[in-house]
Amino acid sequence: MLRYIIWRIAMMVPTLLIISALVFTIIELPPGDYFESYAAELKAQGEDVDTAYLDTLRKEYNFDKPPVIRYFYWLGGMLQGDFGYSFEYQLPVTEVVGDRMWLTVLVSFVTIVFTWLLAFPIGIYSATHQYSWGDYGLTFLGLLGIAIPNFMLALILMYFANIWFGVSIGHLMDLKYLGQPMSWDKAKSILDHLWIPVIIVGTAGTAGMIRRLRANLLDELQKQYVVTARAKGLSPFRTLVKYPLRMSLNFFISDIGSILPAIISGAEITAIVLSLETTGPMLIKALQSQDMYLAGSFLMFLAFLTVIGVLISDLALALLDPRIRLQGGSTK
Amino acid sequence: MVTATDLLRVEDLGISFTTMGGPIHAVRNASLRVLPGKVTALVGESGSGKSVTSQAVMGILPNTANVRGRILFSDPATPGKTVDLLEMPVDGEEIRAIRGSRIAKIFQEPMTSLSPLHTIGNQIGEVLAIHTDLPKAERRARTEEMLGLVGFKNPKRAHDMYSFELSGGLRQRAMIAMALICRPALLVADEPTTALDVTIQAQILQLLRELQQKLNMAMLLITHDLGVVANVADEVVVMYHGEVMEAGTVEDIFRNPSHPYLKGLMAAVPHFDMKPGERLKALREIPINVEHLLGRKKEVAPKGDVLLEVRDLSKSFVTRSSGWFGKSEPPVKAVDGVSFDIKRGECLGLVGESGCGKTTVSKILMRALTPDSGSVIYHGANGPIDVLKAEGDDLRTLRTKIQMVFQDPVSSLSPRMTIENVLSEPLEIHNRGDAKQRSEKVKSLMEAIGLDKRFLKRYPHSFSGGQRQRIGIARAIALGPDLVVCDEPVSALDVSVQAQILNLLKDLQKNLGLTYLFISHNLAVVDYMADRIAVMYAGRIVELAPREVLMRKPVHPYTRALLAAVPFPDLNRPLDFGEIRATSVLEKGWAPQFRADEQDSLSPADLGDGHFVLARRNVDARELRP
Amino acid sequence: MTESSLPPPGAPLKHYVSSAPFDAMSIEAMTAQQERVYQASQLQLMWWKFKRHKLALWSGIFLICLYSMILVCEFLAPYNLHTRNVDHIYEPPQRIRLFDHGQFVGPFVYGRQMTLDIENLRRVYRDNPSDVQPLRFFCRGDAYRFWGLIEGNLHLVCPAENGNLFLLGTDRLGRDVLSRIIYGARISLTIGLIGIAFSFVLGIVIGGLAGYKGGVFDLIVQRIIEVLQSIPSIPLWMALAAIMPVTWSPIFIYFGITLILGLLDWTGLARAVRSKLLALREEDYVLAAQLMGAKTSRIIGKHLIPGFMSHLIATATISVPGMILGETALSFLGLGLRPPITSWGILLTEARSVSTIAFYPWLLFPMIPVILVILAFNFLGDGLRDAADPYR
Repeated sequence: MLRYIIWRIAMMVPTLLIISALVFTIIELPPGDYFESYAAELKAQGEDVDTAYLDTLRKEYNFDKPPVIRYFYWLGGMLQGDFGYSFEYQLPVTEVVGDRMWLTVLVSFVTIVFTWLLAFPIGIYSATHQYSWGDYGLTFLGLLGIAIPNFMLALILMYFANIWFGVSIGHLMDLKYLGQPMSWDKAKSILDHLWIPVIIVGTAGTAGMIRRLRANLLDELQKQYVVTARAKGLSPFRTLVKYPLRMSLNFFISDIGSILPAIISGAEITAIVLSLETTGPMLIKALQSQDMYLAGSFLMFLAFLTVIGVLISDLALALLDPRIRLQGGSTK
Repeated sequence: MVTATDLLRVEDLGISFTTMGGPIHAVRNASLRVLPGKVTALVGESGSGKSVTSQAVMGILPNTANVRGRILFSDPATPGKTVDLLEMPVDGEEIRAIRGSRIAKIFQEPMTSLSPLHTIGNQIGEVLAIHTDLPKAERRARTEEMLGLVGFKNPKRAHDMYSFELSGGLRQRAMIAMALICRPALLVADEPTTALDVTIQAQILQLLRELQQKLNMAMLLITHDLGVVANVADEVVVMYHGEVMEAGTVEDIFRNPSHPYLKGLMAAVPHFDMKPGERLKALREIPINVEHLLGRKKEVAPKGDVLLEVRDLSKSFVTRSSGWFGKSEPPVKAVDGVSFDIKRGECLGLVGESGCGKTTVSKILMRALTPDSGSVIYHGANGPIDVLKAEGDDLRTLRTKIQMVFQDPVSSLSPRMTIENVLSEPLEIHNRGDAKQRSEKVKSLMEAIGLDKRFLKRYPHSFSGGQRQRIGIARAIALGPDLVVCDEPVSALDVSVQAQILNLLKDLQKNLGLTYLFISHNLAVVDYMADRIAVMYAGRIVELAPREVLMRKPVHPYTRALLAAVPFPDLNRPLDFGEIRATSVLEKGWAPQFRADEQDSLSPADLGDGHFVLARRNVDARELRP
Repeated sequence: MTESSLPPPGAPLKHYVSSAPFDAMSIEAMTAQQERVYQASQLQLMWWKFKRHKLALWSGIFLICLYSMILVCEFLAPYNLHTRNVDHIYEPPQRIRLFDHGQFVGPFVYGRQMTLDIENLRRVYRDNPSDVQPLRFFCRGDAYRFWGLIEGNLHLVCPAENGNLFLLGTDRLGRDVLSRIIYGARISLTIGLIGIAFSFVLGIVIGGLAGYKGGVFDLIVQRIIEVLQSIPSIPLWMALAAIMPVTWSPIFIYFGITLILGLLDWTGLARAVRSKLLALREEDYVLAAQLMGAKTSRIIGKHLIPGFMSHLIATATISVPGMILGETALSFLGLGLRPPITSWGILLTEARSVSTIAFYPWLLFPMIPVILVILAFNFLGDGLRDAADPYR
């Protein structure tokens, strides 16, 4: 078990390294660097360009070195909590970001919990009442949930919130708390606003999860050990709870790996539409202005979030599944 | 003990399933009974309806089933009271109180019948929790006692183990413990030993017999194996295609089989007392015609010289370690210094239980696997070829001269090809003839295996297992091979079909002058087919001898254990449980001369007449004889 | 039944032998129905199985219709893609009517009168019941170049002479939303197909090599797939789309976007190919072909590819909606296609702010084809997946 945990955590390292290399390549791809476009912009506005200042900046951020070296500087910086410099804001990335990262984590986490709370009972109902009207109805709803992309759902909700309540939804908190330090009222305001993005982001994930859970549970219900349990005289309900459901729980936890990237993707795009105070809007702005270090740190952060999420789900699975716990990972 | 009532009476049971293609009648008017404390065996091949009947008794039929008739159960614990199990509501409280407590069931597949997420003890103790209100500690004590009773060496430890940590035999023991923990009046055993090796099967049968007598429990045994029936049953019911063909006491059934189906079945099972050259009578005999295939047959090379020379084959598999940081376990020796010759025109049988390495050997001979060391020399018409190193023309020759028949008739034929394509593929690969000649050849192959030429345009899924296996054989002989490796060709087939295939193989061998390497776990089948037999254990050949010698005078303790464990469909030759206990399938139970130790390794000792036994080098041949 | 295999309760069992006629072959006999199934080819079986999945069948038909429609957008759309009607900015959808004051006239729309609502600074359109504008069919309308090549002006339906026809309303430049949706389909639907074709090739080649070669290559590919799947796709798409130079021509951007979508989507297909290959390699019939001396090319071509192609097509179908959505999302965010190329995502950018949606909800209409197409592809994929293995 311990060996499995160590091995699993060790496996994260190469994954993160590859991701960082990929992200760095992406942020290096645009021709020229920020300073060039900055200088060009200034020139266009007829202002003087302080080449010396730009050169010092260049030196400071190692832009005079080849990309490979810069990659290692960047990587080393991130390991020490230094995510580089946002040229757009002329501030270190960490300061620009503020609590946006934590709010992203919050939205994603609450969404996952929401997804679970919804998907588990519905999935069970659908599987145990296969081909009933309830099953058909829920399946159809689920399909709609998959078919309507997050940003459209956000648009639709915005539309209805407007014509029904005359309010515009959006933002994660009352605007007066923006930039304020965390307080009780601010937290409450955040919770008040949280449910809309959670519903929007959670729909697609929930729908997909219901579908997969239903299929998985239907599979498990056919298994021989369920017959064994029936032959023991166990009541149908307790049979369901003790065996197939217990099995599906494992599947459920391991499924995080597949929904987490989707949820984070969805959270980003929803955040842009609803202008939430998470990483989304800032990421897109950074991308548009080619503030690549800022964008790079966001990408790295989001990838890190999924990798950690999957790690947690794998470890939880190892705790729950004796086959992994006792045999060290050779499942299936 | 005479009681006035039957424990279980199944009267005029009819079970049908509604499917898209109309109703399927799985069971029609079947009646049978089980007496208290006695064993009734329900015998039949696949599709006979025997398993569905057992499901009906437990009330665990699929929802799509329609049931008629009565299943009466008279529990000796409540004398005078008889209930109809079929009238109880599905999964209702009444039937649940009986299930697991008064009637219990063990299943065929010990692998999948236990949940991998719960400990053995949890799953067994659960039965007690359902049917009794014993406190937890008491439940645990009873569970451990039961585990001890079914033969777990350390019940305390076993209680907290998971099913995947146990071997197949132990899992089946755990299943039995689970079924018996409430001391049921009736045990329904659905093919309880089919998935097990023959030596384990003997142990489980012995265990079931002992427990059945000890607990005075009745048993409804469902099986296809007449050998098991003869050894365990008191009364026998024979089913075919959903109907009862014959029923009677075990004496009646084995001493005086009367129905043509039962007689056919009995004649189709190979047994050890067959006279040389005696032929099995298949239930459905197929006419074959090899005339066209022979055509311009090249003269058969003289029998007796060596066709394939296998020397010191070794192959290890590294078990996948659990990661870069895990210590890799020592490689498992699947094949360990195997040497033998196959003589032209003979059939060499290779026997062993699952995991002994026999299939690995066959794959090495076919060059599907590369051994770690050793050599294989093929002595063809144009001089010897080193099989393991052959390239180019030599390899092409080998690919035509050595062919294989596979175990699984389902997976061995491509589902996307018609039979015509399947049979002409080898001819196409080796550019034999033009399209017309190939089509002629394919037709004569169909004649040779006794299949109608009209079937050529069909796809494999339209054929039964036996027919598919025949097609597989036709494909193997299409190129006119010298040597055909048959890897468990009949183990997936019903007994009646098995005889058909074995006879076909024999006829083809005789007519085409083929040489076989016949691999099987079934000693009786090998005995019927082979001229010489090699017995494998843990990657090594422990004994190799001509057929009669090996069967009559086995020397190696493993061979003896194997032979002792085979149940005969013959009341005069019951399993000798004493002999089974005396012999051991595990190396540690063997006499010291057969075990390697630090000073002395093992090597084949020549006992004369081509009889070899794996033993210590310094041991005299006479010491080996039991 | 006169004779029974069952004695009275408790009595000794008499030897019972069934007297019914016995046919050893009866268990192998087949009905005509089975006979038909047994002679069918793989493709036929799949078709039969697919046909049973009604929703998938209709989805397939629907998609075929849509894809044939994009061939003749110019003919179907009443207006051209960029035709501006400066007098009809933000006009709400018109209703097609058949009866004017209780009198049958055939399909027509009422003309519109526009007034300015000074208070809210909005244009307000009112139907003018005296202005009956009958629709014209197979008529001459906006001149276009069919696929940019052939001059033409034939339309399926056009507004009356000097009239207007805005069935789904107009946008801020007075462009007909319906026509724009029809033209947008050409881009949105093809981007999914081209993207999937791209990822199909990548998936087969990479997954196939990984599955067939195994070893280190397989390990590396597995790792890369894991990494790519663990990065949230939309941010990654956004990043890649953002680095496309502004100077690129719209058509270049179009291919750039398909490339990006395909580049990141192949992982699922590669996994499917790899696992299917590994499973198929274990099948005895593949081993049999190897042992017969079949060349690698023959084994791949005759045994492996037919074995997994059906699964692959099903998997690919299921991932088309992801592509369409990806494009829509990117374009919506302003990172994807750029005007004048018009896709459904571009159309939806018009509806980005709450106030626009509140005043002009018909700008959300492009959402409906997006949802329908995604649903249809999902159903179709489900049906194909079920049919891919007709023996199960």
